[in-house]
Amino acid sequence: MDSINLRARDEAFIREVEKESGQNISTCYQCGNCTAGCPCGPVYDLQVNQIMRAIQLGDKKTVLEAASPWLCVSCSTCSARCPNDIDVARVMDTVRHIGRREGKTKYVINAFWDSFLQTVRFCGRSYELGIMALFMLRTGRFYTDLDLAPRMLPKKKMPYLPHLIRGKAAVSRIFKRFNDMQQYDD
Amino acid sequence: MKFAYYPGCSGKGTSVEYEISTKAVCSALGIYLQELADWSCCGSTPAHATDTLLSAALSARNLSLAAEAMKQSGATKLATPCPSCLANLKTARHHMANQEFRRKVDKLLDSPCPPLGPKGEEPLPETYSILQLLVEDYGLENIAAKVTRPLKGLKIAPYYGCLLSRPAPIMQFDDPENPTSMDRLLEALGAEVVPFPLKTECCGAAMGIPRRDITARLSARLLDAATTFGADMIAVACPLCHMNLDLRQEQAAKASGVSYDMPVLYFTQLMGIALGLPDSDLALDKLSVSPAAALQKIGKEISA
Repeated sequence: MDSINLRARDEAFIREVEKESGQNISTCYQCGNCTAGCPCGPVYDLQVNQIMRAIQLGDKKTVLEAASPWLCVSCSTCSARCPNDIDVARVMDTVRHIGRREGKTKYVINAFWDSFLQTVRFCGRSYELGIMALFMLRTGRFYTDLDLAPRMLPKKKMPYLPHLIRGKAAVSRIFKRFNDMQQYDD
Repeated sequence: MKFAYYPGCSGKGTSVEYEISTKAVCSALGIYLQELADWSCCGSTPAHATDTLLSAALSARNLSLAAEAMKQSGATKLATPCPSCLANLKTARHHMANQEFRRKVDKLLDSPCPPLGPKGEEPLPETYSILQLLVEDYGLENIAAKVTRPLKGLKIAPYYGCLLSRPAPIMQFDDPENPTSMDRLLEALGAEVVPFPLKTECCGAAMGIPRRDITARLSARLLDAATTFGADMIAVACPLCHMNLDLRQEQAAKASGVSYDMPVLYFTQLMGIALGLPDSDLALDKLSVSPAAALQKIGKEISA
């Protein structure tokens, strides 16, 4: 078993997670309720309670290298069952925010999120076929959901053209200001 | 009864049957839904997973539009059928009670949101799910009084998904783990509600595209449970839940090795049937798994 050097606690990381999530991480006493209820536990490399423990220990590397935050479906079962009222799902969200700012975007879910947001940025609303095309280009997974096409297309539920709204430039400016702000913060 | 209305992007695409039936049911009940002019996407999960501020700003643009429109129209509440939109709009408003956060959101927008009042009053409207408004504001007795084709003999598993009632401090609706609003609504329509212990267990959410193995596994559990409890169909209130359970039902079957033939209907479609609305208002032909056999139990013939 690996030993843990408590003197190497990254205090700034703990404070960053606590401030951004608005949660008091130190109240977690490792009861494991979050993990017991987590629907994604079977595909996680670190269970939710282990992520919480790693944050308490200021072990930033372990937290940011874990795949679990990128597999979390934000169902908030963990938050609902925490006896200390920690919004654990919000902590997982915060870990993703920090991870993305630090360039931890190798997980495939990021390609989906980026593709989704790119369509919102340019159209003002999400555009399903555009998301699929961008996702395929980003990942090379050109076979994604092709099995659904025969079910989907005859139902005419996927508009071929995007819904371009009048305020699309205003939405685009939200993204631009957000990106500028993040670069400025760095 | 008049509500400002935020349909959400999927209502114009993959959940068009939810949108059609929601509007038709509200119209039949005398509820006027006023769609926000030029509404934009709330950013859904991709935005809140990327950054809380970005997510709040995308929602705040719509909340500002709603505040202005509601001042003109006198609508009292903002309504949306989609739980993901609901969660984002509610969360944004919740966070914006914090002045520092509000200032940062305002900086991302073309024009700042209307400011908090002198005593901290929030001029941005609160958002409610169509389900909540129908059950709490319109009332189950009033709905029951309009039923012309009771769903008698139809066994339905009520599936709420994760977001309608969670996180509880923000959603402030029903019980976070054992909600019963949709159960009671379906009973008011005359249906038999089967016990469904997985009513708030996740279906796999937006993992369908990037990680279908996760979605297939989680959706299969729900389809298994509905089958075990003898349901003729599942009722849902969320476009993403619907996509995972209906459109992706074969993918779930491949994951579990069991074949399913489980119709999944929006609760508004079931309301429309019970209220005797014409087929064009129900859009049952948009469903992937045909409910034709199940609906024969109540003597409803459909071509799909």
